[in-house]
Amino acid sequence: MSTETGWVGERSLFGHSLRRIILYAVLVGMGAFYLIPIETGIMTSIINPASYTGSFPYLPPLEPLVPNTGEFSLEPWQGAIDGLGQGLVNSVILVVPATILSGLLGSMAAFGLTTIDWRGQIGIYILFVAGIFIPYQAVLVPLTQFWYNVVPLQAAFQPLAALPFVESYHWKLVALIVTHTAYGLPICTLLFRAHYKKLSDEMVEAAQLDGASVATIYRRIILPLSIPMFAVVFIYQFTQIWNDLLFALTIIQFGDAAVVTQDLVGIGVSQSGTNFPLRMAAALLAALPTLLVYVFFGDKFAKGVAA
Amino acid sequence: MRNPLTVLRRRLSKHRELRADGGTASQAGSILDRDSVRSAPFWLPPFLLVGLFIYGAIIWNIVLSLTNFQGLGSPDYTALDFENYVIAFFGGTPSWSELTVSPIWNSAWNTVVLMVSFSVVCLALGLVLAILVDQEIRFENTFRTIYLLPMSLSFVVTAKFWLYMYNVETGLVNLLLGSVGVGPVEIVQNPDLKLAAVAFALIWQFSGYAMIVYLAGLRAIPTSHFEAARVDGASTLRMYWRVIIPQLRTATVSALVVLTVFSLKAFDFLFSMYGGYQPGPSADILATRMVREAYANGNWAYGSAIAVILFLMALAIVTPYIYSQYKRGEL
Repeated sequence: MSTETGWVGERSLFGHSLRRIILYAVLVGMGAFYLIPIETGIMTSIINPASYTGSFPYLPPLEPLVPNTGEFSLEPWQGAIDGLGQGLVNSVILVVPATILSGLLGSMAAFGLTTIDWRGQIGIYILFVAGIFIPYQAVLVPLTQFWYNVVPLQAAFQPLAALPFVESYHWKLVALIVTHTAYGLPICTLLFRAHYKKLSDEMVEAAQLDGASVATIYRRIILPLSIPMFAVVFIYQFTQIWNDLLFALTIIQFGDAAVVTQDLVGIGVSQSGTNFPLRMAAALLAALPTLLVYVFFGDKFAKGVAA
Repeated sequence: MRNPLTVLRRRLSKHRELRADGGTASQAGSILDRDSVRSAPFWLPPFLLVGLFIYGAIIWNIVLSLTNFQGLGSPDYTALDFENYVIAFFGGTPSWSELTVSPIWNSAWNTVVLMVSFSVVCLALGLVLAILVDQEIRFENTFRTIYLLPMSLSFVVTAKFWLYMYNVETGLVNLLLGSVGVGPVEIVQNPDLKLAAVAFALIWQFSGYAMIVYLAGLRAIPTSHFEAARVDGASTLRMYWRVIIPQLRTATVSALVVLTVFSLKAFDFLFSMYGGYQPGPSADILATRMVREAYANGNWAYGSAIAVILFLMALAIVTPYIYSQYKRGEL
């Protein structure tokens, strides 16, 4: 399919090019469908809230050139940074360790369950895979019980709060890091296993004959060969954890440790109505890290979701 | 957790075949030399984490659903019964509350409607897009990137964008409707349109995913199949219907499973769209009902019971899928 256009080629030149025109029109139209909500958001986010009328949400603010489009202003973005700043910091504290931990542990699990070949590993692996599809509601109440009433994490964190950069509320973020690591492991293991199954056995077998230990095989052979997959896994996990609301809502609940998605829910609404420019700026600011990652590493993201 | 595992491991390693490479270490009888044990430092810690946090929590949740845990304090595990399930199916006044609790049928129905409409439209749109993108087009990468872009966004962000799109006065949807002389229509708070609005926004977000899966499926079909159908004189449409689409069954099933599970997780979207735990009865799904009962009303045990029902629904979809994957050796 990828090397020929033949099956439409026998039509007349006119019919052929007409088909192509319609094809491209549909493709561009669909592109507009996917982009317009984001485009509208960007345009609205740079309107001075005081001059916002909402008559042309999809046009850039061109007042006084074009009436009723509002005046340009970065005030909404300033407001979004003020409103989400703390949440952004907390999200970064959460996402970086959780992404690295789940990726690393997922690679180790896949190595122990794939490259080192032993009977019965498929049973264990199935438990990992099934974990991908669990609706998180099925574990929420136990998780809240676990972190609030079983593990004395909060008390253990009190003395640590004396250290620089450590706050007493950070225990909630630690709880969330561990939770996200555990729930990210199934998909990370699946991605790495798919990769390790494709690697040739020869190098591993040669190393085994040379008497290399399992740890050496992992460190010297598998880990260097996993780097492209680490990129895919890290991007996928980064997006998943950054975008999550449910775990944050039930483990952090409220307070200083709230992450960016929690802060975003309530922003831009007040007694006097909805401040759409502020709300759109906040939505875009919260989405910016994942959008940037997507724009720069889109092919790797696509690889992650397609697996 | 560890004990039955060791037993399982021992039993399985008895049937071990000789490895092709015939390493001397793996033939020696000592348990410590077995590959399962030697690789345990790698797979066991992640497995314990998954075992404790996922499977331990699921079992704990099932036990919790049998208690009367409500409000502050801690659950009482001495008196277990199925009262919460009776309430969930038939409604009534449970022993742990003075108020009448409604059954879950409304939110269960909404869950199924959302699940089916969302995943079917996503698949159809994804298939059409994949076929179009597969026509040797220029800028293929750009189109693919744009179509998949919404999937990188958070449910919370998507909800904010669509809340704006659906707005009565300034939303683009109403501006479009106005230009053809309809409206303005209240969408977000309209009981008749709520669920459709949610499904539409989710389709916007995830149809690109279906496209990616179908595109991979299309690219896996040998060129000769396209050519053979053309020699037969089949029209393009008939060729796709008769020859190509039947070969996309695997892609359809895997995309369908993932999309259905996504729709079970639509809680984040509804929470963000309606600014809290109350999407209202016509958009209430099991995922929102469960969290509301537990975290807003403090009916922890009842929430757990709804969670078990949701879990069983997911299990009913996923188990056949994983089993068939296993049978075909694709795990």
